[in-house]
Amino acid sequence: MSRRRHSDENDGGQPHKRRRTSEPIEIEDRLESLICRVGEKSTSSLESNLEGLAGVLEADLPNYKNKILRILCTVARLLPEKLTVYSTLVGLLNARNYNFGGEFVESMIRQLKETLKLNLYNEALYLVRFLSDLVNCHVIAAPSMVAMFENFVSVVQEEDGPQVRCDWYVYAVLSSLPWVGKELYEKKDVEMERILNQIESYLKRRQKIHVPMLQVWTAEKPHPQEEYLDCLFAQVQKMKKDRWQERHILRPYIAFDSVLCEALQHNLPPFTPPPHSEDAVYPMPKVVFRMFDYTDAPEGPVMPGSHSVERFVIEENLHCIIKSHWKERKTCAAQLLSYPGKNKIPLNYHIVEVIFGELFQLPQPPHIDVMYTTLLIELCKLQPGSLPQVLAQATEMMYTRLDTMNTTCIDRFLNWFSHHLSNFQFRWSWDDWSDCLTQDLDKPKPKFVREVLEKSMRLSYHQRIVDIVPANFSALIPANPIFIYKYMDESSSSLPGYPVTIAISNAIINRSSNDEILTILKDVPNQEDDDDEGDSFNPLKIDVFLQTLLHMAAKSFSHSFSALAKFHEVLKILTDSDEGKLHILRVVYEAWRNHPQMISVLIDKMIRTQIVDCAAVANWIFSPDMAHDFTRFYVWEILHSTVRKMNKHVQKIQKELETAKEKLEKQHSKRKDSGDEEEDKNSDEEDGLLEEQIERLQEKVEFAQSEQKNLFLVIFQRFIMMLTEHLVRCETGGVDFNTPWYKNCIERLQQIFLMHHQTIQQYMVTLENLLFTAELDHHILTVYRQFCALQM
Amino acid sequence: MSILNALRSDSYVDISQYRDQHFKGNRYEQEKLLKLSCSLYVGNLSFYTTEEQVYELFSKSGDVKRIVMGLDKVKKTACGFCFVEYYTRADSEHAMRFVNGTRLDDRIIRTDWDAGFKEGRQYGRGKSGGQVRDEYRQDYDPARGGYGKIIKK
Repeated sequence: MSRRRHSDENDGGQPHKRRRTSEPIEIEDRLESLICRVGEKSTSSLESNLEGLAGVLEADLPNYKNKILRILCTVARLLPEKLTVYSTLVGLLNARNYNFGGEFVESMIRQLKETLKLNLYNEALYLVRFLSDLVNCHVIAAPSMVAMFENFVSVVQEEDGPQVRCDWYVYAVLSSLPWVGKELYEKKDVEMERILNQIESYLKRRQKIHVPMLQVWTAEKPHPQEEYLDCLFAQVQKMKKDRWQERHILRPYIAFDSVLCEALQHNLPPFTPPPHSEDAVYPMPKVVFRMFDYTDAPEGPVMPGSHSVERFVIEENLHCIIKSHWKERKTCAAQLLSYPGKNKIPLNYHIVEVIFGELFQLPQPPHIDVMYTTLLIELCKLQPGSLPQVLAQATEMMYTRLDTMNTTCIDRFLNWFSHHLSNFQFRWSWDDWSDCLTQDLDKPKPKFVREVLEKSMRLSYHQRIVDIVPANFSALIPANPIFIYKYMDESSSSLPGYPVTIAISNAIINRSSNDEILTILKDVPNQEDDDDEGDSFNPLKIDVFLQTLLHMAAKSFSHSFSALAKFHEVLKILTDSDEGKLHILRVVYEAWRNHPQMISVLIDKMIRTQIVDCAAVANWIFSPDMAHDFTRFYVWEILHSTVRKMNKHVQKIQKELETAKEKLEKQHSKRKDSGDEEEDKNSDEEDGLLEEQIERLQEKVEFAQSEQKNLFLVIFQRFIMMLTEHLVRCETGGVDFNTPWYKNCIERLQQIFLMHHQTIQQYMVTLENLLFTAELDHHILTVYRQFCALQM
Repeated sequence: MSILNALRSDSYVDISQYRDQHFKGNRYEQEKLLKLSCSLYVGNLSFYTTEEQVYELFSKSGDVKRIVMGLDKVKKTACGFCFVEYYTRADSEHAMRFVNGTRLDDRIIRTDWDAGFKEGRQYGRGKSGGQVRDEYRQDYDPARGGYGKIIKK
């Protein structure tokens, strides 16, 4: 028997797909494969491949029509970056088989209705765009497309429905125009003019309160962060002025013009946008991220301008490629780098800009943060001579603009940068950033470098960080992450409680029982309450026990977790009150304040084992004790992690409740079907048990939800108090309120809204009535209003 | 809404060819567990890589439930591998997609699905106490004790 060992031949990279050599490859799979792969690198030209494939599919239509319809509809919906390849294919098929063309259009409309019903608005968008390109392929008659667009735009006249609903329909029309604007204007210019005018007046009157909350930089220079609809409209206007010239989109159908223009066209059936419903969740507005322009690429092709339609098309396509391949980083990188038309544009710059645009997107990036780090590393591997330089240039630019960068984006920037560096031996030209050494430590640049070094240390070790930075950076180097033991040695013997620490250490070493330990702890004097019988809150007791315990377990995370688990009972007793919970957090902080990562994991464990609760952590973070660390990144990592745990906890119980309810329903319907008396009696019992369980779960859900609501209330209340105090103090003192601390604090408040927006939506009424009332300082109220505007 | 097989590709998440020879159960049972597992084996670590470093890196794909550092069976010191367990399958899949094949402590690390930690699995299975691969290794790797044991003998 051969011993299989973990082999290391590939660098853990993309594994090879298993070959199915012994199984017959079904014709349907072959069709799928042929269709999905058309347009990729090939020895023949794209045109001849399309011609060949059209022939194959035409021959297969009699037997596999439905399958082919399904595949084509699916690629139209899920591979928008290859839109024109597939629209050409459909055009060729329609020219050979008019009925098929008609059925395809019908299927597309059916799919469009379904995606809109299911809140799949991005996919619906791609379907609309595909339909519009079918006009170019002579499959759909231009006037019927214009009619659909007219119906879309009429949504802005509706009385009810949120603004984001109208936004989507306007966006669907505008974003199709790069592909079909020319053709539609040639055939129906009067109607198109009217449509554009309607859109223009809508854009003028729609509210844009949400925009500041979504901008990565607050400054207008060098690149304004434009609202996405405004930017697209400007691009369409420019294209119109240019007589609808669009030079970037690859249009294979042009080569087949003589064949396609012989084809008969179909009319789109009249399409009424489905009415607004309460379940509808429209896409959130966006801001267009720009960090490069034509001055940044030193040589080679010029970057299309910010209001050129080419810029829109390139960015759209790159976003679509990432969306299609994000799970497989090697494929994703390869697809990005083989973008058709790459020789006419500074592709590396576009790719870097699009990737950072996604990483910094507010409220959330489309994909998990770490994906972007790994994707950039793959890109560097594939283009080692050019991409790293662009990345370095981008990093440098973002560093210089830290002063106006949104705090949430700074978080993501420093997370990315430190992780990226750890893959490249932390090599960086730190000297280039020595300007930050002359600034106050709370200013954005030195703060950024400090946090990067701290994060980098977590991925390496203290001495490494000392070694990689120049000597003059010493003030920014993080502290050596060692435990601070208050009761270290004889010199601390005068501290109250010192003798008890000796007794406790011995008790732990000798494996005394919890009761024995509690007895020893009774000897700790209670500075809060002289009459204490030994049961009430005694901060010194907590201090003595926990400092000693954590000191003994300081060696590693595992040791500390073990210690918490072993003495869980003792800790629960000591922290029975709210004050107890708050104090245990203080003790952990004092002992481990040089090691924020340890504080973070200990708090995580304590929440999960219910030694402290989420509200206690929130209160601790906002307490005066933590004021000096309030702007440090690790504090917010802890708070967001705490809120996330709370949210996941609620979701988990809700799921349990749902599952139980479904089970009950299934049982009911089974009973209806059987009608057997004997079975009925048993089912009654089972029902009873289930119903009891459902009741208990219902209570649990309600309790968890009220805990969750309370957590948000605590957090928002504390923010409001802190910010109000600061604003009042500055006003009466006659100083500018907009200090680095203030910027950090108000943006952290924004961050709470953005990171947990879905959960917070449930509690809007309470928030509005209790906290975010009209009496509040308008600076704070603005943040709340911007948040509300995101789904209006 | 259908998704085509060709578009479903998620090859970084597929199970590998490795099967634990000490697994109590048959191949089918092991594969079933691997396909549902939230636990990862992590290999090619330096002997000096700490639990803290592993925590930091693997937290980027989700909340880490537990880390068990691999130990030399004789010396009880780190011998270059560990297990990382997540609370959810989704988080562990992200690790397979985005942490596998990147660097930790300057070394390219490898992750693979694990059927679940059992006491005893934290020990190397090589004759000398470390991992099997360090028994037969011919190259010099200062972060993994220098030459393989077979050279040292």
